[in-house]
Amino acid sequence: MTYIAKPKIDLPGQKRNVLGLLQRDYEGSMSTLCAGCGHDSITAALVQALWELSIAPEKLIKLSGIGCSSKTPAYFVKGAHGFNSVHGRMPSVATGAHAGNRDLICIGVSGDGDSLSIGFGQFGHAIRRNLNMLYLIENNGVYGLTKGQFSASADPGSTAKKGAPNLMQSINPVATAIAMGASFVARSFSGDREQLVELIKAGIAHPGCALLDVISPCVTFNDHEGSTKSYAYTRLHKHQATAADFVPAAGEITAQYAEGEVISVKLHDGSSIVLKKADSDFDPTKRSSALGYLEKHRDLGEIPTGLLFIDEDWPEMHAIYGTAAKPLNAFTFEELNPGREALEKLQREMR
Amino acid sequence: MKRTDTSNPDYYHRVVDCQWGCPAHTDVPEYIRLIAQGRFTDAYMVNRESNVFPGILGRVCDRPCEPACRRGRMDEQPVAICRLKRVAADHKDDIQDRLPVVPKKKNGKKIALVGAGCASLTVANDLMPLGYDCTIFEAQAVAGGLMRYNIPAFRLPAEVLQEEINYIVNMGVAVKYNHRVESLKDLLDEGYDAVFVGTGAPRGKELKLPGRYDTENIYIGIDWLESVAFGHIESIGEKVLIIGVGNTAMDCCRTSLRLGARSVKVMARKPREFFKASAWELEDAEEENIEIIVNHSPREFVIENGKLKGMTFEMMEYVIENGGITAEKITGEVFIPCDDVILAIGQENAFPWIERDLGIELNKWEEPTVDKVTFESTRKGVFFGGDSAFGPKNIIWAVEQGHQAAISIHRYCQDESLHERLPPTLNLGSRKMGMHEWSYSNDFDPAARRKMMHVSLQSRFEELGREVELGFDAEQTAKEVERCLNCDIQTVFFDSLCIECDACLDICPTQCLTITENGEREDLLQRLKAPVLEAGQPLFVSDALKQTGRVMVKDENFCIHCGLCAERCPTAAWDMQKSFLQFPQAADYASGSHNGKSPCQQRKAG
Repeated sequence: MTYIAKPKIDLPGQKRNVLGLLQRDYEGSMSTLCAGCGHDSITAALVQALWELSIAPEKLIKLSGIGCSSKTPAYFVKGAHGFNSVHGRMPSVATGAHAGNRDLICIGVSGDGDSLSIGFGQFGHAIRRNLNMLYLIENNGVYGLTKGQFSASADPGSTAKKGAPNLMQSINPVATAIAMGASFVARSFSGDREQLVELIKAGIAHPGCALLDVISPCVTFNDHEGSTKSYAYTRLHKHQATAADFVPAAGEITAQYAEGEVISVKLHDGSSIVLKKADSDFDPTKRSSALGYLEKHRDLGEIPTGLLFIDEDWPEMHAIYGTAAKPLNAFTFEELNPGREALEKLQREMR
Repeated sequence: MKRTDTSNPDYYHRVVDCQWGCPAHTDVPEYIRLIAQGRFTDAYMVNRESNVFPGILGRVCDRPCEPACRRGRMDEQPVAICRLKRVAADHKDDIQDRLPVVPKKKNGKKIALVGAGCASLTVANDLMPLGYDCTIFEAQAVAGGLMRYNIPAFRLPAEVLQEEINYIVNMGVAVKYNHRVESLKDLLDEGYDAVFVGTGAPRGKELKLPGRYDTENIYIGIDWLESVAFGHIESIGEKVLIIGVGNTAMDCCRTSLRLGARSVKVMARKPREFFKASAWELEDAEEENIEIIVNHSPREFVIENGKLKGMTFEMMEYVIENGGITAEKITGEVFIPCDDVILAIGQENAFPWIERDLGIELNKWEEPTVDKVTFESTRKGVFFGGDSAFGPKNIIWAVEQGHQAAISIHRYCQDESLHERLPPTLNLGSRKMGMHEWSYSNDFDPAARRKMMHVSLQSRFEELGREVELGFDAEQTAKEVERCLNCDIQTVFFDSLCIECDACLDICPTQCLTITENGEREDLLQRLKAPVLEAGQPLFVSDALKQTGRVMVKDENFCIHCGLCAERCPTAAWDMQKSFLQFPQAADYASGSHNGKSPCQQRKAG
């Protein structure tokens, strides 16, 4: 937390994106989170990714629930729409918002408490609906706002700041999401900016619910020796299963890869995600392979990161419901209210 | 790259652009903060320690600090450092009791100083407190040298000048006025332990063109200014031409207006970008409707019946490539009528009073051979400083050379090596006051540079000595001090504390921080977050960080010292620390009890 606002300084040679905006135009208010919080790094990655993608601020809606993580939407893209909703209810509000305006790019930011405890059901149903959004979990393993109690994602055996061990099982959002049929599941680390930015871009481009679990150390309550979600522990144990490169529609794949180690996933808008695998026996397009991979590395005490599962063909919510191609707010009053005769005609058809 | 060695005082010194740019290394940000707190006397004393004449320099300094100012790199105007110095001088209280104490018991060494200008006065200022007996020989009836008779009183009032000279003279310096030294040999025979020559570059350059000596209406600029200063010349013709476009030319043209000239033209041989005059002096002259005519090369003085009628000029055309003239041609000739001509095309050294058999080497331009560190000439015990040593520069250089010469004179008189000199030292002290509090104003103020108010064009010509610049008022001062970026509050990095959370990188408003894999300099430069532009600032590279082995790189170029990196750092790996640079002066070489502190440290303690 800082008292002075980040000053705006016009330096020579600053880069602008396609829309003519500077990266700082994608920033939000000053963060009130603790100094060194992983969430702030994720915010910075979001700023970078959205700026690089040249997304118009008014085309974006940011949603959140309650918690440290859920303060994040205030800290990026000031000019976007936003909804800081009820604890654990971000997916419902996001569903409503996206049902109303399917043209909006939807980013939901949640935390391990918001999504894996109070909002666990909502989390599951957002995946089941395949709501077209980037569902980002800032996962630090503790309830930071209430002074560091274990959250549902705390690993068994890891200790609290004062040394008490966690005796319960942890909910693994990545494995859970794959098991529930998610169409895009990835994990990253707030301290790995390069990977995180690419995964955010891929998640935004993915037509469906893109779950991105980001290990985000709580510097105040969970960055000590017994923690399994500290900067040091995560750096030591993370294992990059895939390196993802997001290639926009107009872009060209220029990097050279050896045969067999690369999968290129073409998205519907013409963009693609190029995945470079660390292990040849891992296939991120197969649910069983992804789940098996996660289990295998859990036994090894490793934290797999990268894009872990993708099924770009699974229909998203609007396709499932067969809704109009045009967002609701683009319809005229007459189209939305066709009158008594049209209603009666519809009722007759349904008898 | 290896970890940057920040223990060398030069590293943090360079970050403080103004202090690095100032020949006397004045601690500019420190005194600006003191002004911000209303501590004008303290601010004055910080200045006086290094530049000796804050009131004078606050008006007429050449200001090498301002083009260097970091603020200027942010697409903005530099901080008005010089104007703020004047604020301190104008508003200070009595400083008598803060001046160095001169011991009653002398050390028995006698020093002769030739010329009572800024160089000699600085030497006396440094040596008197050490018990030396200093005698200044001055040809005129008053002290001040160039500062008095080459700088017109409408830029530098006589009272300001006299006050600061008095601080030194009143230490007990014997000044022999109206005493022109005619022979160095005689002076040496008088048995002084050391002699310092601070006679400046007193000879104005000639322009030997046809007609030069056929009229009395052609003057040498510095001589003419001197005659005006002493009241020997009180008027000038209606139409005046000034030849040359340096700062002396600016003083000549503006003085002409005050002596009754109606039309004054400054004739320049080259285009504007080659003018020697400081931008602000040109601006002030043009405000007074001085016409500056470029690309006119003087050809002939036109005299009819013994009376100056005007001058002919060749009109020039230049080919300019990369800031230099590569070719020139004459396109025509023009006659410009005038009543008087003032030549202001430069100055040279002249030592008619130095016998050539004393072992003092002078080249064919009468420049003495002087050691660049010790300021000793080729004869032991004879020292030079100021313009007399290395040709015309400016006051602030003369002051710094005076400090250095004083050290040498002291060492010489104590039979110690002149070349063994104390190194500059650096102290760092944290400026953290609390969670989000620093003992300096760290918020960036986007305000534009305040403009100096001038006496109206109607009233400024009423008397010759009316000072044109009014000085900053309270509101202007309050705004201008906040523009200073406090470059001396350094960002100090403790490698072993960093947990690589990226917080500092994300908060930095200029993206001057990067954490990346180590590599060679050129390679690292490619990977920095913000593009590096040429500005000569150092690159900081840390040791390998403990979690990933990457390095923290900081480009000092664009840091605005807002302290946000240190505020956002969860482990205090970044801290904001004030750099106190100490440049030893003669007093630091003197032995004796100083409560276990060097005089340098004692001076800083205030």
